Amino acid sequence: MVPASFEFHRASSVDEAIALMQQHGEDAKVLAGGHSLVPAMKLRLATPERLIDLGGIQGLKYITDKGDHIAVGAMATHWMLESSSVVQQKAPALSQAAGAIGDVQVRNRGTIGGALAHSDPAADYPGAVLALNASMVIRGSGGERVVPASEYFVGLWETAVQPGELLVEIRIPADAANANSCYLKFAQPASRYPYVGCAIALEKSGGVCGNVRVGFSGVGHSAFRDSGVENAIKGQPVNESTAKAAADNATNGRDVLSDWSVSEEYRRAMARVYAKRALLQVG
Amino acid sequence: MQVTMTVNGATVSQDVEPRTLLVQFLRENLNLTGTHVGCDTSSCGACTIVVNGESVKSCTLLAVQCDGAEITTIEGLASNGTLHPIQEGFREKHGLQCGFCTPGMIMSSWQLLQRNPKPSEQEIRHALEGNFCRCTGYDNIVKAVQWAAEQSA
Amino acid sequence: MGKYIGQAIKRVEDQRFITGAGQYTDDLVLPRMTHAYILRSPFAHAKINGVNTEAAQAAPGVVAVFTGEDVKDVNGVPCGWQVNFSSTGETMREPKHPLLVHDKARHVGDSVAVVIAETREQARDAAELIEVDYQELAPVVESPDALKAGAPKVHDDLPDNMVYDWELGDKAATDAGIAGSQHVVSMKIRNQRLVPNPIEPRSYIGQYDASRDNYTLYTSSQNPHVIRLLMCAFVLGIPEHKVRVVAKDVGGGFGSKIYHYTEEALVTWASKQIGRPIKWTSERSEAFVTDAHGRDHYTTAEMGFDGEGKITALRVHTDANLGAYLSTFSTAVPTYLYGTLLQGQYTTPAIHVSVNAVFTNTTPVDAYRGAGRPEATYMLERLMDTAAAQLGMDPAELRIKNFIPPFDGVNQPGYQTQVALQYDSGNYEAAMRKALQLIGYDQLRREQEEARRQGRYIGIGFSSYIEACGIAPSAVVGSLGARAGLFESANVRVQPTGMVSVYTGSHSHGQGHDTTFAQVVAEHLGIPMENVEIIHGDTEQVPFGMGTYGSRSLAVGGSAIVGALEKVKEKGAKVAAHLLEASEQDLEFADGSWTVRGTDKSISFGEVALASYVPHNFPAGMEPGIEFNSFYDPANFTYPFGTYIAVVEVDPETGKTTVKRFVAVDDVGNIVNPMIVEGQIHGGLAQGIGQALLEGAVYDESGQLTTGTFLDYAMPRADDLPSFQVDGNVTPCPHNPLGAKGAGEAGCIGSTPAIVNAVVDALRPLGVNDLSMPLTPQNVWAAIQSA
Repeated sequence: MVPASFEFHRASSVDEAIALMQQHGEDAKVLAGGHSLVPAMKLRLATPERLIDLGGIQGLKYITDKGDHIAVGAMATHWMLESSSVVQQKAPALSQAAGAIGDVQVRNRGTIGGALAHSDPAADYPGAVLALNASMVIRGSGGERVVPASEYFVGLWETAVQPGELLVEIRIPADAANANSCYLKFAQPASRYPYVGCAIALEKSGGVCGNVRVGFSGVGHSAFRDSGVENAIKGQPVNESTAKAAADNATNGRDVLSDWSVSEEYRRAMARVYAKRALLQVG
Repeated sequence: MQVTMTVNGATVSQDVEPRTLLVQFLRENLNLTGTHVGCDTSSCGACTIVVNGESVKSCTLLAVQCDGAEITTIEGLASNGTLHPIQEGFREKHGLQCGFCTPGMIMSSWQLLQRNPKPSEQEIRHALEGNFCRCTGYDNIVKAVQWAAEQSA
Repeated sequence: MGKYIGQAIKRVEDQRFITGAGQYTDDLVLPRMTHAYILRSPFAHAKINGVNTEAAQAAPGVVAVFTGEDVKDVNGVPCGWQVNFSSTGETMREPKHPLLVHDKARHVGDSVAVVIAETREQARDAAELIEVDYQELAPVVESPDALKAGAPKVHDDLPDNMVYDWELGDKAATDAGIAGSQHVVSMKIRNQRLVPNPIEPRSYIGQYDASRDNYTLYTSSQNPHVIRLLMCAFVLGIPEHKVRVVAKDVGGGFGSKIYHYTEEALVTWASKQIGRPIKWTSERSEAFVTDAHGRDHYTTAEMGFDGEGKITALRVHTDANLGAYLSTFSTAVPTYLYGTLLQGQYTTPAIHVSVNAVFTNTTPVDAYRGAGRPEATYMLERLMDTAAAQLGMDPAELRIKNFIPPFDGVNQPGYQTQVALQYDSGNYEAAMRKALQLIGYDQLRREQEEARRQGRYIGIGFSSYIEACGIAPSAVVGSLGARAGLFESANVRVQPTGMVSVYTGSHSHGQGHDTTFAQVVAEHLGIPMENVEIIHGDTEQVPFGMGTYGSRSLAVGGSAIVGALEKVKEKGAKVAAHLLEASEQDLEFADGSWTVRGTDKSISFGEVALASYVPHNFPAGMEPGIEFNSFYDPANFTYPFGTYIAVVEVDPETGKTTVKRFVAVDDVGNIVNPMIVEGQIHGGLAQGIGQALLEGAVYDESGQLTTGTFLDYAMPRADDLPSFQVDGNVTPCPHNPLGAKGAGEAGCIGSTPAIVNAVVDALRPLGVNDLSMPLTPQNVWAAIQSA
């Protein structure tokens, strides 16, 4: 319950935060909502010497409809995304993933930026942002760069954000597939992290599946797009048998996590069940 | 580090170690012991309070993150000696036994009814997923929230 | 039903809890108080070659550091119940459970050193500086492994890991019964280990007052007097009158706060060493490895049936894991609270049970809500449902066929079981019939059939439980090895104002005694409930007490109050007779007044109270004041019972179970407050369903508790559970004045097998005949896959 001592810096702007990060290097950790970091610090699983708090920065907490995309500030909370009507309409998978995280109190405080920067393999968002073909705006002292979600998740706890950089915005394209997307979660009963989180964005055209993107959270070391499912359903009408047949490709060729509570076999099977259900929901 | 916040309507300002959790600040610095600590993994919700109009787990926030915030704890929910309908509901429907989870449960229920004044049973159960109760089996907690919702109908 | 007894009166204690004004131990701050942090073993089994505390001693704010060496000469915490070897008569093995270990650590979480500092943060920081030289040893974790040849020994000075072997019942008759049966159901049954997890973690403050050479211990305990007794007499060797133990508001217990824990004695002992109060509050991750766990049985059971479906015999063997040390009640749980309950509600003519209790390198195991009785019920009721399936009989019908016929304990004698107990009263079929009617059984079976045709898997599960509560008749438990009596005491003090203060040895940690007991008092004295206050949880105020567990508060504690109230009324009548200038025999007491029969001359309870304290014209020999103690020792256990029916739906693709309906019909004897009883049942159901579907303490091979936080140990949440349908019958207890049996554990005892039976029932068409708890989606899915 008692974190180790640390110094606390309240950044008042993104530039100040980046400057502080560069000044303190690996000694410093960035604090967004704090809902991954503070729990780890309480158990002394994390003992940073310094925290750089983004809570005081104005202008990172927004959800804006930009017409061709939705711009989400890194400090937007899960609750903001869950309850946002624009997200619900244009990217329901993101709203549903946000609404599946933790509990009400956690969603009130936890942020999308913090969650995506933390890149917990068992987090809800990653599969959703992959399926939504989102891109991440990362800022460093040299300016901003935009990284597609497909290049963002590098591995276990690892993202494209480099030391001294900050994830500042998430952009969700406003396309037909994203408007017809969903996120379904099969939760570990204690932590309620996903055993399987399956996000699917699917464009229906002429009674068959057009553009389709399938993203998984919780299943592997990091989130992934599942082209096996995508290729199998594309161009098909979506019904119980096509959905099942397509979903049975899920996780093919991929390592699937196992732990004391679930076997690899079970998690793989559930990925397929949830892929089928998600396909039927949006199909 | 100096922090200043409004707690149950009163301004407080104190010097704290940065590692001081908000729940410790409330319990130990302000002697507001109605907010409880039941776990160390942000799971149980016994420490739930309201910060700037939103329910949070005060064990998962640093006091220094709440500089300038407006905070309501269980001690500040009744106004002028009149219990909040949710507090009444918990008594009316036997929504508590040992009382330890109760303050957090009430604050979470407050958040729910702010956002959804007429929740269904399933909505209530879902909204309380961040609050553990080991005594009641939750059935009467659900009824307590329903009772409170009916009062403001 | 009376004016108060039988009424669903809102709880008077709620005001403080709903406003945040409860006073739990961790809320207390004493002047000059210090804070303790306990360094715990990260290993399940490790020799301790040395502990270097130098750096910690020198750390900022540190007041003292103690290790096992410092408390080597202090006794360990005792076990309260001696169960001897049935085979040899040898005394059970009872190794020392030290306040801090010095030679080796025997489970993850074993206490190695304590740091006492000005603040909790400083104590925690300094503990990081302690260097412990551990030499890891191979652990033994599961009870079936503990007795294998070559198993690591938990206690080096014992011959092996056996605590005791124990048996009960007629072995020859049972063997013959099984051998002569038409059909025998055999099952291996695992009752998994559980972590009690009351939401308030344990918290203690030890305070030594040198000027008076006495101690105060503030503790989150279910039984402050028992703690005083055990700590004074067995651990610290302090006369009891020198120690005050206070347990104010306690945030749930479920058994886990009965026991005398090492930390209680440690802060009390250390407060004298440093001359300042010391607070220790458990963190949840500590609670997971130090609060006594529950259950953990491996059982093989065989139940024989004749051609008509009548039970012929029951033969059981259980390996019970008691963990690394003997917790206070641990030894009684797999024996006197388990083996003695194997009659269930049935007329089984021959029963034999044998139990091996063993040490392992795990957290000690003790009574957890139900304690022994859930394990007995789970086994019996799984056997019954399995038997019904194998015999092709309806599970309700099979039970009804085997129920003991009704007996009220007054006109018919109690029922003598094959396993030592005599049931007080029972009407088992009535509870079953009511449950069947409430659930709409016939219709439900038709719906199940229809659902199966649609590929949906709905299951209906039964459980008919019995429990022994109202713990306990001292003579009986004494003959069985209990090292204390299990009576209860009450003191009723009538104030001059006519208010009544009741000091009870029962302890409320959620049960609502402030309300229930006040209802009893108000009813008996005919005074308003507001005029009654209930005081508990302080050995300085309450004369004596054995506390609250085993569903005993109303049946035993309430009966003690009634005993004192009878004395109050007797004395009141004397005073009233004097004041009314009438003969006592001519008075009648009703509605709080004594009236001279056939006249309008009467005097109220309040007037009598006042006169008793202003005895200006009392006759010679009449004592002023009205205050009485009563001690109540029950004549027998009480035997609540009931039938539960669960309806579940299983998603065959994921294995996930949803509880659709749950009907509970309980017969807990007379009821004082139906709202509170229903609440107790609800809570028990949640815990029992939690065991069936969610909860389970899992150790890995190295003895690490894999499920050591709420992120891995699944607690039931609001959205895991259904709304419950609770009803009941009343078969009064014939041997206590309230006719009450107790309701605290029923829900937890009866619900677990009902759920598991329902899930198995749902999946029988798929070929699933048995499942292991908890019925996680993966477990169920795997069973479907391999069926």
